[in-house]
Amino acid sequence: MKCLYCGEMIILAIGWTNLLSREDEVLLCDQCTKQLVPIEGEVCARCSRPFEGLAEEFQKGELCYDCVRWEEHAEWNGVLERNISLYIYNDFLKEVISRYKFRGDYEISKFFGNELKRVIKNLEYDFLVPIPLSETRLYERGFNQAEALIVEAGLNHANVLNRNHSKKQSKKTRKERIGSDNVFIFSNIEQVLGKKVVLVDDVYTTGSTIMHAARVLKDHGAYSISSITFAR
Amino acid sequence: MNLVNPLRNVLAGKQLLREEIPFELVDSPSISQRPGIVVEKKGRAYCNRCGNSDMELLAEFPCARCGKKCLYCRTCIMMGRVSECTPLYGWSGEMPEIDAAPLQWKGTLSDGQQVASDRVVEAISHNEELLVWAVCGAGKTELLFKGIEMAFANCKRVCIATPRTDVVLELTPRLQSVFPSIEVASLYGGSDDRHQFSPLTITTTHQLLRFYEAFDVMIVDEVDAFPYSVDPMLKFAVKNARKESSSLIYLTATPIQKWQRECRGGKRKFVTIPARFHRRALPEPEFVWCGNWGKVVKKGQLPVRLQRWVEQRLLAGTPMLVFVPTVEWMLKLLPLLQMFDNKIESVHAEDPERKEKVLRMRKREIPLLITTTILERGVTFPGLEVAVLGAEDPIFTEAALVQIAGRVGRSVIKPSGNVTYFHNGKTESMVKAKHQIVSMNKEAKVKGLIDE
Repeated sequence: MKCLYCGEMIILAIGWTNLLSREDEVLLCDQCTKQLVPIEGEVCARCSRPFEGLAEEFQKGELCYDCVRWEEHAEWNGVLERNISLYIYNDFLKEVISRYKFRGDYEISKFFGNELKRVIKNLEYDFLVPIPLSETRLYERGFNQAEALIVEAGLNHANVLNRNHSKKQSKKTRKERIGSDNVFIFSNIEQVLGKKVVLVDDVYTTGSTIMHAARVLKDHGAYSISSITFAR
Repeated sequence: MNLVNPLRNVLAGKQLLREEIPFELVDSPSISQRPGIVVEKKGRAYCNRCGNSDMELLAEFPCARCGKKCLYCRTCIMMGRVSECTPLYGWSGEMPEIDAAPLQWKGTLSDGQQVASDRVVEAISHNEELLVWAVCGAGKTELLFKGIEMAFANCKRVCIATPRTDVVLELTPRLQSVFPSIEVASLYGGSDDRHQFSPLTITTTHQLLRFYEAFDVMIVDEVDAFPYSVDPMLKFAVKNARKESSSLIYLTATPIQKWQRECRGGKRKFVTIPARFHRRALPEPEFVWCGNWGKVVKKGQLPVRLQRWVEQRLLAGTPMLVFVPTVEWMLKLLPLLQMFDNKIESVHAEDPERKEKVLRMRKREIPLLITTTILERGVTFPGLEVAVLGAEDPIFTEAALVQIAGRVGRSVIKPSGNVTYFHNGKTESMVKAKHQIVSMNKEAKVKGLIDE
């Protein structure tokens, strides 16, 4: 078995951890796994931002300062229940995600999918909704990176959102992202009224993508919206 | 202005993805398309860009472009995705012209260089393959000048490819200065010259993946260097980037064993430059046994004989490189050596200060640099002497040891110096390395290429 990311052979050491807890396939080698840092310990109750290493003035009780700002806004208050992120968006994960989504190495979704499967068990929900790409961007990339990880997790996705074409999120500043008009449009293929929806995306940066998508779902009567993002 | 020309310059001799072409594609019969992935029967397929045919590295994905399950190549994914529905664009129309470009160089070739230069000219004019086996410090670049000039005069497009980006960066200004009438294209990950058509392209072997049947003359420098030596994709890239009828010149100081055998057996055309341009013999390595040096170092001590070697040179102010097998040993050795001089430093591949430290070494601010094989090639420090600790380690191949010895005695001012392999048991690589150096010196003497 070769590592999905670096191609090195994976040598499985038999130990208590993998005897007791390994139910999934091992897809990454030790070297690569070591470089992925899981989000653990004290985190912001709303967005999973780790408090470790965060200056005191950016923490307000259970929340981080960014989330306090979102929640202070009447327009955004209560729109997103919470975001769960799995790994720190460090240099290594940036490289992995860049190869996955920008170079288009679809196979990596198998690993992300595995991880999604693991965390989704603890959640109660009616729909998994991938953050959509615009038609143009979808053609460019060849696949939607959020949808792919739901598919590879073997789960169903409900594509209840569409997206207008705009500048890449990663090329915008925080202010541009948050202040921008909503690029998401509701597409009436499923009824979300009274439903619990989980949004899925690869990265949570400022949270504005997730927030804008959540806004549209809330406006169409969703009962609650939370999100799972792979990296934070 | 004719709009076709810029497009032609981008596409001539290339195999590009649509995203890599910065123009609208006009409807022209001169634009050629080849399939990105070729699917053969019985579940076999290969990538037309990088040659990969390992089905483990050809994966399927639900493609939003073609709406089907589409096979894509994971081997060359870092250059953008090639899939079944991705065409590789090229140019099948008339090629941009190549004009004669006179060589502007005042220097003279050494006798050894002259012989090799003549052979290169011959190989280029007859579209032949040739290995130039030139010792470290022979002056490999200059012996290419004449051949390149002649290639241009015969409308031939030339490429110099190398596995190492730093070699591209070093060669570009040198060749640009001797061929001032042309614009040299310099290609490496992140360079700006991608869309330029040039009679002379200097590139990393990776960037050759964007070329297809482009070059009449292909020169591969440092052909035994990593990663070219171990990556079949790069060998494919070199082959794919050449025209069917073209010359292929390999340059190296340390050909692999197989090639050496082929040379001796008359199965490979080659020419040697056994002596340096300054006409002095190559320093021959000394072997010094120092027992289980690892145990000594772990106890926090230096092997006595290495310590003496270092102390003498610190006193004399001789700059030193000490090579060790791994980063771990490097870090263990550093504090031990720093007890003798706290300006001593270490450097390895991932070191963020790598460039700075090499520069400080050159300025003589660092008296001794402990390093891994990363500095075995391409660095020149005047007056340098080198030691290898743990020369028996398999990382020190014959080629690595010859290259390491090749760091010493390169300047005219100090054309000699000491090379010592400290070991815990002689290896075949050590013996072969020494033998290679000794026989080059012998050959040079016989041919009258060195003065004693």
